[in-house]
Amino acid sequence: MRHEPGIAALSNQTREAPRRLLVVRITHWLAVLSVLALLISGIGILVSHPRLYWGETGSVGAPSLIDLPIPFIIGPSVWNRPIHFLAAWILVLAGLAYVVGGSVTRHFSKDLLPAKADLRWNQIVGVISDHLRWKLTSTDKNWSYNVVQRLTYLAVVFALFPAIIWTGLAMSFGVTSVFPILATALGGHQSARTLHFVFVSLLVLFLILHLVMLCLVGFRSHMQAMITGYIPQGRSAG
Amino acid sequence: MSRLVTRRTLVTAGLATAAGASGIGAAVHFAGRYGLIPPDHAGILGVGETLTYSTQRLLTSGHSLAREFKRSEISKIAPVNGPAPKDEIYRSLLADGFKDWRLKIEGAIARPANFSLEDLQRLPAESHITLHACEEGWSYIAEWTGVRLSTVLDLVGVRPEARLVAFVPYANPSQSTGVVRVLWDSIDMADALHPQTLLAYGMNGEALPSDHGAPVRLRLARHLGYKNTKYLSQIIVTDRTDYYRKSPGTWYGGI
Repeated sequence: MRHEPGIAALSNQTREAPRRLLVVRITHWLAVLSVLALLISGIGILVSHPRLYWGETGSVGAPSLIDLPIPFIIGPSVWNRPIHFLAAWILVLAGLAYVVGGSVTRHFSKDLLPAKADLRWNQIVGVISDHLRWKLTSTDKNWSYNVVQRLTYLAVVFALFPAIIWTGLAMSFGVTSVFPILATALGGHQSARTLHFVFVSLLVLFLILHLVMLCLVGFRSHMQAMITGYIPQGRSAG
Repeated sequence: MSRLVTRRTLVTAGLATAAGASGIGAAVHFAGRYGLIPPDHAGILGVGETLTYSTQRLLTSGHSLAREFKRSEISKIAPVNGPAPKDEIYRSLLADGFKDWRLKIEGAIARPANFSLEDLQRLPAESHITLHACEEGWSYIAEWTGVRLSTVLDLVGVRPEARLVAFVPYANPSQSTGVVRVLWDSIDMADALHPQTLLAYGMNGEALPSDHGAPVRLRLARHLGYKNTKYLSQIIVTDRTDYYRKSPGTWYGGI
């Protein structure tokens, strides 16, 4: 634990201003639970046919794009689907609450939108190389986000999650009967399924990095901040 | 100041909760009245099923049509889950080219009836080239030929209280346990009267093959494969929603 006068003075006032907004904390944990349920049930659905195709059609005997090196396990897949959809509804509703709440509280403009000056290439490379050399940056210490973090969170919230939802909806016959373009724009039913898998794989990559960074920068203090909103008294990041 | 804010916050939160609760109450009442609640709405998974079904029913209320394809897009491979029934009655009907097969229609209808295969083939025929996808993940495109279910239901006169149409197949032993079961299923009136819902007796220009459900199967273009009941022996129109399915898994397959 390191002591810096400026940071210590700041943290004495933390009871007045929480470091993490209530709407961010609630929707974050709803997302944790629902994404976990989605991943487990999604894997359950995937292993009942662990092959990926391009276009509209694909089956055993037809040319495939990727044969995942796992066996066909068909048994309990009928219960994975309703679990997947219940969790998807929780995630989508939490996501909407987050986007509305984040706009009202100016969370996006204050916490996530990078400053123009930070968007220079050498700035971004600097942050990445600092982290690769295990150096904490000033943003880690004062509990704000660095430019790479900001861009990553924005990309996950406003590009990756919408892409996962789109490719999921594009597999639904009810939905494509009303909006056929959701499937045709992607190349077809099987293309949507394959892209759903690709985008979720990117999300899993993000989640691994997110958890590694959490452990490096201070698991307990950041968990406490995301649960209670406040950081431990007299502590900077760590 | 902080006390005032607290009181105001309390009053606001109380009003919001009351408004929210009455909003949900009104939504449930509205949803029940307009057929937006699926029969398997109970339990924690029923919450997700109800959200999905009611949203899709609102979206698809204008009889939206499933995508159709060109003849050149028909798949060379059309896999099946589960071969034709071992049931003796079914075997003898199959051996005889389904000459003695009859589709019995009963329940909440004005004129219970039996249809032979020829009776169905004499009614106006339609062909649709559509995508058939299994919930496991595989899919194929095929051309299905048959008579609209709505045409047959018009002939027997569905009564206004009808809520579900149930499809009863011939008995079949389970692939894993060998236990003989009749895995009947049902659909709502919106799907039963949909223009792409067929009693299909033809596939890719030929008679429906036995593994694909001969002599007649249900063909639902806006549903996953498992809702397309094969080897039909009976159709029951019902005003009940508490008996809706004897198969594992969830009832609504339009997802």
